[in-house]
Amino acid sequence: MGVKQERTAIVLAGLVIGVVAVALVLLGNPANMGFCIACFLRDISGGLGLHRAAAVQYLRPEIPGLVLGSFAVALVKKEFAPRGGSSPITRFVLGFFVMIGCLMFLGCPFRMILRLAGGDGNALFGFVGFAAGILAGVFFLNKGYSLKRTYRQPAAEGGVLPAIMAVLLVLLAAAPSFIFFTEAGGGPGALHAAVLVSLAAGLLVGALAQRTRLCMVGGIRDLVLFREPKLLMGFAAIFVAALVGSLCLGKFVPGFAGQPVAHTDGLWNALGMFLTGYGCVLLGGCPLRQLVLAGEGNADSAVTVVGLLVGAAFAHNFGLASSGAGPTGAGKIAVITGIAVVSAIACANTFGKKE
Amino acid sequence: MEKLDARGLSCPEPVIMIRKAMLSGGERYEMVVDNTAAKENVTRYAQHQGYQVAVTASGGEYTLTMTK
Repeated sequence: MGVKQERTAIVLAGLVIGVVAVALVLLGNPANMGFCIACFLRDISGGLGLHRAAAVQYLRPEIPGLVLGSFAVALVKKEFAPRGGSSPITRFVLGFFVMIGCLMFLGCPFRMILRLAGGDGNALFGFVGFAAGILAGVFFLNKGYSLKRTYRQPAAEGGVLPAIMAVLLVLLAAAPSFIFFTEAGGGPGALHAAVLVSLAAGLLVGALAQRTRLCMVGGIRDLVLFREPKLLMGFAAIFVAALVGSLCLGKFVPGFAGQPVAHTDGLWNALGMFLTGYGCVLLGGCPLRQLVLAGEGNADSAVTVVGLLVGAAFAHNFGLASSGAGPTGAGKIAVITGIAVVSAIACANTFGKKE
Repeated sequence: MEKLDARGLSCPEPVIMIRKAMLSGGERYEMVVDNTAAKENVTRYAQHQGYQVAVTASGGEYTLTMTK
């Protein structure tokens, strides 16, 4: 594929993904949350009972859809390549703190775009922090940061996370008593599109993201590092499609106060997304990209996804996640701790790598 | 000709590696990568820098030969 075709493809994919995100809200997902990898993993964490925040418990089928969509396309295109061994526990810790940052802001980079497109001005602070976090990560990349190489793994290793995702779908369908569901009217966990619609949306977006390598942090990162705008074009296309969609449906409500599943503390919105952008650059991709890579058989990304899930459980078990009322004191401490830990990881893997 | 091994590295590392190498302004570089995203990204970067890129694939690995 030439440069022009690549760019056309990612713009078209971004437009489709933006429309799908708006449609999911129309069909029942929480407002400005057609897709949110952090929120959905948090809901899954709750659905499995790893945390007991009753408002956010649901085995969101979009997540298995994303992984399995990528998995299927990777198999067809012969790009399914089980690999792993690139600093897995470091990636787990990075994933953990990326989630802490997301839940301070109340959304992953994907939802940040959707919040901006819905008129949520608080996401502007998030975006500033996000861009700054990416620049911090790029600084270390330029200095030689690396989590070292991966190695080929047996096929079974690459199939584990897709298999777990299939099990989540079975649990959702069977709804045994040990799986938690937010009760109707009980919070965002109760708001969702029909299962098959959500699953289909996940599969489609997973497939498109696999083909185009779409990544929310890659856009700004590649523009700064290489003057390469391809991934940023996908990011912008999602924004444009979601913006037009919310304008057409009368869902565009500009402002700061009273935005859905959001708070108005600008500093902490920015710091939360700073931590997220920073951690994601060190991981090599945003939470969406981690799911897609995991679908392609990347066991390191699978470990990262588990880190995100555990981070979400901790965030709600220890009162670190923000709510519409604002951030919590414990959440602020966790974000500062996260920035310190991520910086330590960045330094250790940049300056401490005597071969 | 400078030979670079970027097997096992995921993006953006292979591109950073070739960018660093190309600072010396060489005529010809050869890089081995083992994933399609790296193949695409390195190819795109080299083309932007005015290199012609030839790709040979074998056993899940790609050898990119970049010549000016």
